Amino acid sequence: MSQDQVLRLHVPEPTGRPGYKTNFSYLCLSPAGAVRRPPIDTTAFETSDLASGLVRVLDDDGRAVGPWVPEITPERLRKGLRAMIKTRIFDSRMLIAQRQKKLSFYMQSLGEEAIGSAHSFALQPGDMCFPTYRQQSLLLARDDVSMVEMICQLMSNEGDSLKGRQLPVMYSYKRAGFFSLSGNVATQFIQAVGWGMASAIKGDTKIASAWIGDGATAEADFDTALTFAHVYRAPVILNVVNNQWAISTFQAIAGGEATTFAARGVGCGIASLRVDGNDFLAVYSASLWAAERARSNLGPTLIEWVTYRAGPHSSSDDPSKYRPADDWERFPLGDPIARLKAHLIQIDAWSDAQHEQMSNEVDAEVAAALKEAESYGSLLDGKIPSASSMFEDVYKDMPAHLHQQRQQLGV
Amino acid sequence: MLTKSSNMEAAGETPKTTSMTMIQALRSAMDVMMARNENVIVYGQDVGYFGGVFRVTDGLQAKYGKSRCFDAPISEGGIVGTAVGMAAYGLRPVVEIQFADYVYPAFDQIVSEAARLRYRSAGDFTAPITIRMPCGGGIYGGQTHSQSPEAMFTHVCGLRTVMPSNPYDAKGLLIASIENDDPVIFLEPKRLYNGPFDGHPDRPVVPWSKHPMAEVPEGYYTVPLESAAVFRAGKDLTVLTYGTMVWVSEAAAIETGIDAEIIDLRSIWPLDLKTIVESVNKTGRCVVVHEATRTSGFGAELVSLVQEHCFYHLEAPIERVAGWDTPYPHAQEWAYFPGPRRVGAALKRAMEA
Repeated sequence: MSQDQVLRLHVPEPTGRPGYKTNFSYLCLSPAGAVRRPPIDTTAFETSDLASGLVRVLDDDGRAVGPWVPEITPERLRKGLRAMIKTRIFDSRMLIAQRQKKLSFYMQSLGEEAIGSAHSFALQPGDMCFPTYRQQSLLLARDDVSMVEMICQLMSNEGDSLKGRQLPVMYSYKRAGFFSLSGNVATQFIQAVGWGMASAIKGDTKIASAWIGDGATAEADFDTALTFAHVYRAPVILNVVNNQWAISTFQAIAGGEATTFAARGVGCGIASLRVDGNDFLAVYSASLWAAERARSNLGPTLIEWVTYRAGPHSSSDDPSKYRPADDWERFPLGDPIARLKAHLIQIDAWSDAQHEQMSNEVDAEVAAALKEAESYGSLLDGKIPSASSMFEDVYKDMPAHLHQQRQQLGV
Repeated sequence: MLTKSSNMEAAGETPKTTSMTMIQALRSAMDVMMARNENVIVYGQDVGYFGGVFRVTDGLQAKYGKSRCFDAPISEGGIVGTAVGMAAYGLRPVVEIQFADYVYPAFDQIVSEAARLRYRSAGDFTAPITIRMPCGGGIYGGQTHSQSPEAMFTHVCGLRTVMPSNPYDAKGLLIASIENDDPVIFLEPKRLYNGPFDGHPDRPVVPWSKHPMAEVPEGYYTVPLESAAVFRAGKDLTVLTYGTMVWVSEAAAIETGIDAEIIDLRSIWPLDLKTIVESVNKTGRCVVVHEATRTSGFGAELVSLVQEHCFYHLEAPIERVAGWDTPYPHAQEWAYFPGPRRVGAALKRAMEA
């Protein structure tokens, strides 16, 4: 007698909270090497199993196994390892600088370093990423944006190319294929599709890479992007970084319970993969597969990167209030740096001593960059871009009313 | 009657003109720009094969191909969001929102993205997008096909908001908007698409073909942004208005016998303050007229600007005529619409004060 049942609202909960440990079985992991690798001209519906499984290459012993093992030299892998180490040390030093009040705010990417680093290796010069605020590894994996430049942005100092207008980490580097960060979530996802469409309209060869977090997939811009990308077969990689947490909101509240974010892509007619985001080799391999599809006029690919936000959402957040403190240590996909290190050692291309030396070198580089950036000022010493510049770039040419307001301010 | 200002006339050319409706003039503007600049592309709901529900884009897909003029999904947020991405790539998208009443799903992409992209990236990326949308009532469109949301956009720094009142300006302003490097909200008073409208729905429709302002050059010209027109010169008072209400104000001036100087703002924001101040300082009286709802409408900004810049020349309180603060009703459309009688009454009050 279903009509006699009292209706109950279902509000999803994570399996772990402060005081009791997370049961990570909800992740439904596949063993390394178990998921097949289809040809790039596969149909969306044929990727259904890939959207519910998990593409993994590195097994628990650091071996690369299965059909997704990419062709990549140890030298490139060491470069990838360096990008991840650099990202982690950069984040760590910037957090300290934030606590010293040299910058107002910071967002680290602890635990997610493999995703941007390896993805960056799969892109070509001229491609454009539309990142979220946690893809600094896309930049730090490249050689064409100096850390000094990035830190000047973080400090809103006189060397900040954004003239002090944007919160820290809201970088913009057109020359490095890094679209201006908005600060509103999800808006960039549909813009990336438009950028890819433009490349196709012009008969170009460049592709776009769109980024979004699990929480922001609940915004309309996510679904809109999937529709437009599918309709126009846009050359774009649609990256969903599922790090399980949007501030204090567990990914089930964004719609991840008993399904995957990759499955949304299949439903929209988009070939979709669910991939181990802490596995550098899997990230690189899946990114290459998706990029090749885009470059071959086969259209968009949605990739859900399964990872874990190991740190707080931002420097203003305290995750111990809403999740177990030891969650990351227990996260079954581990630490991306430790896993690539283990693989390099397993193939006799790396050693603990080399690892320590690299970490020390990178740490010295980050420290030197921080010192140099500070010479251009920080929030502590008030060496910030002029108040006069605040009226510029609202329009290409300053209208009369802004001239007048600048005069009123007396600058 | 019209103070035209265009670079074509400044160059002293005598261009070939054709009588065009506002629809044809707008289409001609896109045609001219698509021919001149291959980065100009046009898309929106129903704009491709069919040519738009008002037929403004008719023929553009056939002429320029499907990659430069195409249909979009019913998603205003997606239309503007993709346009931001295309503009970042280097294109100049001209997108159509089928009715201004439908623009709200695109609001975040307009306000937080297009309008601020140049600023937040310090010029690293820009958004030279033109967002066209039919606005205004008078066609029995009810509350979802009649709105005039210009004040929603004039409040947003970084946007330009434009509304033409006749075919000549429509083409020249649209070309100027497409060439402009800032995002432009281009509002098209749909009641003026096929002819001027004096606010008397009971009178026969006057087609544009009978009007000199429908003589439109066939080729390229611009009407500069931030430039108002003295639509009708007069001595008694100044009417500040735009769009359909330019014609309604003219009718009110004729019917009351008040020698009103009617300023057609054309660019609502940023605007041509100089023309406004010169006129009000000359006449000493001012009536602000728009079709949009009254409270926090753009008229409030105009009244404030006139007060700030012309106070010692004013001989009467500034009058404001606008739509009532209700949704746009269907059956009661003509009680809602600020027609010549309401405008005329305001003109008289301004003269009698």
